[in-house]
Parts: sequence; C-alpha cells; structure tokens
Amino acid sequence: MLDPFIVKLFPTLDPMLVIISAILFSPLVGFVIQFFMGEKLFRKGDWVSLGAIFISWVLTLFLFSDFVHSQNAHFKWVMSWPWIALPSFSLGMGILLDSTTILMLLVITTVSFLVHLYSTGYMQGDPRYSRFFAYLSFFSFSMIGLVLSDNLFALYVFWELVGLSSYLLIGFWFEKPSAANASKKAFIVTRVGDVGMFIGILIIFFQTNGLLKFEDIFSFLSKSSFNGEFLGLSLLTLAGLCIFMGAVGKSAQFPLHIWLPDAMEGPTPVSALIHAATMVAAGVYLVTRMFPFFTPEALTCIAYVGAFTAIFSATMALTHNDIKKVLAYSTVSQLGYMMMGLGVGATIAGFFHLVTHAAFKACLFLCSGSVIHALHTQDLREMGGLRKKMPITFVTMLIATLAISGVPLFSGFVSKDMILGGTLSFVSNHPNHFLIPIFGFSAAALTAFYMFRLIFMTFFGTARDSKKFEHAHESPFNMTLPLIILSLSSFAIVFTPLHFWIEQEEIPENIHHLATVLSLFVAGSGILLSYLMYMKKVLNPDTLAQRFKYIYNTLIHLYWIDELYEWAILNNVVRLNNLLAHFDNRVIDQVMVDGWAPVTIQTSRGSGNFDNRVIDELLVDGTGQMVGASGKQTVKIQTGKVQQYILVGLGSVCVLLILLTLIL
Amino acid sequence: MTVELHHYLILSSILFVLGIIGIISRKNSIGILMGIELVMNACGINFVAFSKYIASDFSGQIFALFIFVIAAAEVVVALAIVLRIYQNKATIDIEEVKDLKC
Repeated sequence: MLDPFIVKLFPTLDPMLVIISAILFSPLVGFVIQFFMGEKLFRKGDWVSLGAIFISWVLTLFLFSDFVHSQNAHFKWVMSWPWIALPSFSLGMGILLDSTTILMLLVITTVSFLVHLYSTGYMQGDPRYSRFFAYLSFFSFSMIGLVLSDNLFALYVFWELVGLSSYLLIGFWFEKPSAANASKKAFIVTRVGDVGMFIGILIIFFQTNGLLKFEDIFSFLSKSSFNGEFLGLSLLTLAGLCIFMGAVGKSAQFPLHIWLPDAMEGPTPVSALIHAATMVAAGVYLVTRMFPFFTPEALTCIAYVGAFTAIFSATMALTHNDIKKVLAYSTVSQLGYMMMGLGVGATIAGFFHLVTHAAFKACLFLCSGSVIHALHTQDLREMGGLRKKMPITFVTMLIATLAISGVPLFSGFVSKDMILGGTLSFVSNHPNHFLIPIFGFSAAALTAFYMFRLIFMTFFGTARDSKKFEHAHESPFNMTLPLIILSLSSFAIVFTPLHFWIEQEEIPENIHHLATVLSLFVAGSGILLSYLMYMKKVLNPDTLAQRFKYIYNTLIHLYWIDELYEWAILNNVVRLNNLLAHFDNRVIDQVMVDGWAPVTIQTSRGSGNFDNRVIDELLVDGTGQMVGASGKQTVKIQTGKVQQYILVGLGSVCVLLILLTLIL
Repeated sequence: MTVELHHYLILSSILFVLGIIGIISRKNSIGILMGIELVMNACGINFVAFSKYIASDFSGQIFALFIFVIAAAEVVVALAIVLRIYQNKATIDIEEVKDLKC
C-alpha cells in the first residue's frame, strides 16, 4: 500500500527493506536522542520516544494490512547478507518476515506505543522521566530486532538485549532495595535459561557445520539428522530442550518462573509492556519459530512444562492480595498455556493466544496501573467499590477480564478454546498424556476464578480504606485512551481479518465442540464460585483459609520454591563464596601478596646498598678520586720553568745516547 | 795539519754545548737568546761542514743561509718581546716572568 510512495523516495532500494529498517531503527534513534539529550528537550523529550514508536506502529499497520489483503498465510520475505566471513565459518545477518513476524511486530509496536502513551501520564513527575522513555525505546528496538532476526545468533543477541532492558526497567526505581534485588533476580534467573539456550545454539552450530539460519537448519534436518546421543536422549531432542530452556527462562516457565512475580517491582507500564505482552512472550515466539526443529519427545516435554506451569501458577494466583502479583502469576499461567498449545502441536493456537493475551493482559496491567495511580496502593484488601469512581478503568478491566477468563465473544475465548481443543485432539491420539488437558481445563477454571476475585475485590463492594477511596479519581485521558484501545482489541471480532491465518490449523469438529462446551463450563464455574465467595459471601474465604490452613500457607508461600532455591542453591553458593573469599584473603592476599612485600623490600634494600656502595662509591666516585689524586701528584712536575724542561730533556737525550752506545 | 771534518764537528759541538749551558743556566733573557744564537750557529757549522765533505752539491750551505735569516727574524721578535716585558715589569729576569703560569 505504501510501496509506490517509498519507491519514489528511495528508488534504488527494496521498499520492503526501507519499511522494515524504519520500523527497526526508529526506536533506536529515539533511544539515542532521548538518552543523550532527553533532559534538555521540551517535555523532557517524551515526544521523541513516542514519535519513534508511532512511526514503527504506523508502518507495521501498513505491513499488516498488506498481509491481510494478500490473504496469504504463507507470506514470506527474506533478505540476508554476510556479516562475519571466515574460511572456517561464516555468520550472516538477515531479516525474516513472515506471518509470525508480522503478528509479533503488530503486538510489539501496538502495545509499546500504547504503553509509551500511557507512561506520559503514569510516570509524570518522576525524576528520571526521560531516562524511562529512553529505556522503553531501547526495549522496543531490541524486541523488534528479536522478531526480525532470521538466524539464531542474531536472535540470541537481541534476546540478551531485551533481557538487559528488562533488567534496567525492573530496577528503574533502584532506590528501593526490593526493586534492585528483583532486577538482579530477573537477570540472573533468565541467565540460567540463556546458558542452556546458548548450549543448544552451539550444538546446532557444530552439528550442522555452522548453519544458524532458521531456514537452513530446517532444510538441513529434512535431509539429514544430528548424530549422537546424550543421557539416552538423541542429540536433536537435547538441542531442542536446550533451546527450550532459553524459552523457559524468558517466558518464566516452571522451574524458572520465580523471577516474573518479583519483576512487578518495576513501574506498571513496564510490567504491561515487558512482563506481560512482549518480552515474556519471546520464549513462546522462539518455540514457534523453531517449531519444526523440535522432536516429538521434546514437544511432549514442552507440553508438560507448559501445562504444569499453567495450573501451578494459577493456584499461586488464588490467594495473593497484591494486584500486580496476581496478574503476574496469571501471566505465567497464560504463558504456560501457550507453551502447552505449542507442545501439543497446536502452533497456530498457541501463537494466537500470545497475540490475544498480549492485548488483554497489557490492558489488565495498565488498568491495575490506573488503580494504583489513583489509590497509591497495590493491596487488594485496601481497594473496593471503585466502580463508580473509575468508570473507564472498571469497564476496560472488566472486558479484559472477560477475555482472559474465556467468555464467548471475547478474544481469549477463541484462542483458549483452540489450545484446549488442541490438547484434546492430542490426547485422542496419545491417550497416555491425559494429564495435559486436565491441567489445561483446571487452569482455565482457576483463571476465571482468580480474575473475577480481582475484579470483585477492586471494583465492587464497599471501600475498605475510606481515606484512600476519597482520594481516588479517574486517570487522565492519555492513560485511559490506551485502556480503551486495548479493551476494544480484546473483542473476538477484532481478529476476524486474521481468519485466513487461523484456519490453517484444523481441529476435528467433534473434539472442538467438546472443548468449547468444557471450557465454557469451567469458565462459568470459576466465575460463579468467585461470585459466591466474594460478592454474595456465601462461602467465606477466610474460614476456608482457616480450614485448609496447610494448603493456604503453601499457596501464600508459593510452594516454598523461592525458599527451596535459597536453601539448595543460594546458601551453597554463598558458602562457597565465603570459602573462596576466605582463601582469597588468607592465602592470596596475606601469604602471596603481602608475603611478597617483605621479600621485595629486602631485595630492593640489598640492591640499593649495592648500588650506593659498590657502583656509586667504589666505581664512580673511586675513579674520580683516583684521577684527581694522580693529577695532584703529576701537577708537581709541571713547574712552568722552560729551562728545567730543557735540562730534563737534554739529560734524557744524554741517557738515551749512553744507553744506545752501550747496547750497540 | 789539514783541517778534517771531525775538527769542524768538535768545534760545533763545543759551540752547541756552550749555547745549551747558556740557555739552561742564564737568568737574563738576553743571555738565553744569545745561547740560542750559539746553538743555531753550531748547527749552521755542521751543515756547511757536511756539505763540503760529504754532499756533492751546495744544499747544506744554502741551509746555513736560511738559518741566518731565521736567526735574524727570531732575534727581532724575541728582542721585541723582551723589550715589552721590560717595559711592563722593569726586569728581564726569566724567573720573574710567570704570569701565564697557572
């Protein structure tokens, strides 16, 4: 649509390349400007970042509309060029643009733009306002680069860059020790997964003789396979699991899920952008992108990890009272859903859930940000009755909640239904894995329950903290506009243009109906239970907590996973550290470093003495004195009396003559 | 008795020794100069004697003429220096002239 215009501007370049470069680099330019001179610009330069991401967004919309018009689900545009070319190996850089990339770009730029807009209100008055926008721009650049990369190496680079921006933004309020610790935790825990991913990349690199481009890897696998075995797994499965480890770290899957709830220490717009919609979805994106690479064993493992994470973190969300933490566990759970969908082979479903989830979860986070902005608290027990005070926030959050709970007409219903249908059809082929759909459906029920618990506790009932309630007010327009846009995109109807893409994946009719009925049933029962407990108070949550004290405590302590890690890993590491520090202090510092000092002092003293005594006094001064003394002696024969000289000369001649005559 | 070469040589040796004794022992600058003249003339006698008895040409006698000229020139310069010394110091005692000695 935009092509003729760009051809006119850049006649020698491929118009697609121009568009993609603009999408990729405009946030980077925004970052550079913002980072180095943001403070001096008008409004601290937020319009630079906002404008940069707006350009990316608009161009992405053009790409997307072209994609929809083409009705070609297998659309693909590639361009690559050599980057490092050595005789032994070569690395390329390139762009891969297909349906997955376009959808990811759409998600990233849309959410990122709305979050930028929202942040102009939310971060108002922050002392590092311009720095915040610089980081947001940097994140957008890295994330766009991640999805555009056509090879594993470039993807890994951007993968670490988004990790870095996540670290910077979680620790944005680093004056708070909890935020500083959370940022470190996020960085280190994801690094565990990244190491695995790097090992996976190396296995691929050496097994394929240096092929890292996705297409090359797949075409290599269609002709040959990896040779080798490790611990009873074929090397191909192992490489797949290693790659998946990166996704586990980034997408906060069990057992590396512990960093995401802590990451909520960052500003809420960051939680919405990075820790709900885009960066945490990078793991899902990676699995989608590498899908043909995974062996059935690896996929089963992915499905189990996803299903377990989905149910596991959904239970953790049940009891928490921090509005953002509940949403964080819900994100972990939904990411588990996506992984489960991918694992059972429903790639389109899993990836589609990523897209829909990005919209409604970003909306939920921004709504919670709006509530936090109004009340200055994150504790659900201090909220309540906000429905009248914050009507826009209430309505938008309700829509997003309906979407995530899987209520018909909303986007979450469609994608969740597809995933659950996928699990059911998987089980109909592999009856052994019946646990996966059970986990899936129970997670759906729990999701509906805890999300409505959140809504009821926040917006209904009476105000629990009247002082804070008095203060509450609806957020300004630049904060509510993103909420409205995101809630509108939580309606299923928004995604009808993508029908041709979704329809690639066929689920048998009867299974699909069964999945729909079951998911409607579990969602309805979850909502109903929540309504009974938190609205009608038929069941009192507190007495339930009392009765099932043991379970309640386990949930409140998040299954003691953090404590387990602290006990099993952290303590041992600290102990080892202390030991090493002791060794360092005692042996290296005291014995070796400090021990060397006296030796050096003695040696230099000795050599100094030698220098003074022997070289200086004896040799240098001695020579001078000797010359002086001999001069003093010989000066005596220089009388200056010519007659004496002549006498001596004559006498000498006489002596010589006498000697001569005697000898001859 | 014919006069032979060695007679000349004895004469010149006596003159030479007398000149040297003059140079070494005199305190008077003029006396030293006179000693130098004696030494030079002893030389000149030797040249002429050798020229007459040994050489076939007159080169030795020509050398003797050169020695006269040099002696004359030398005396001119030396007497001028002595005169200046006398004007400055009111003496020509060689022991007294030691201004250049360090």
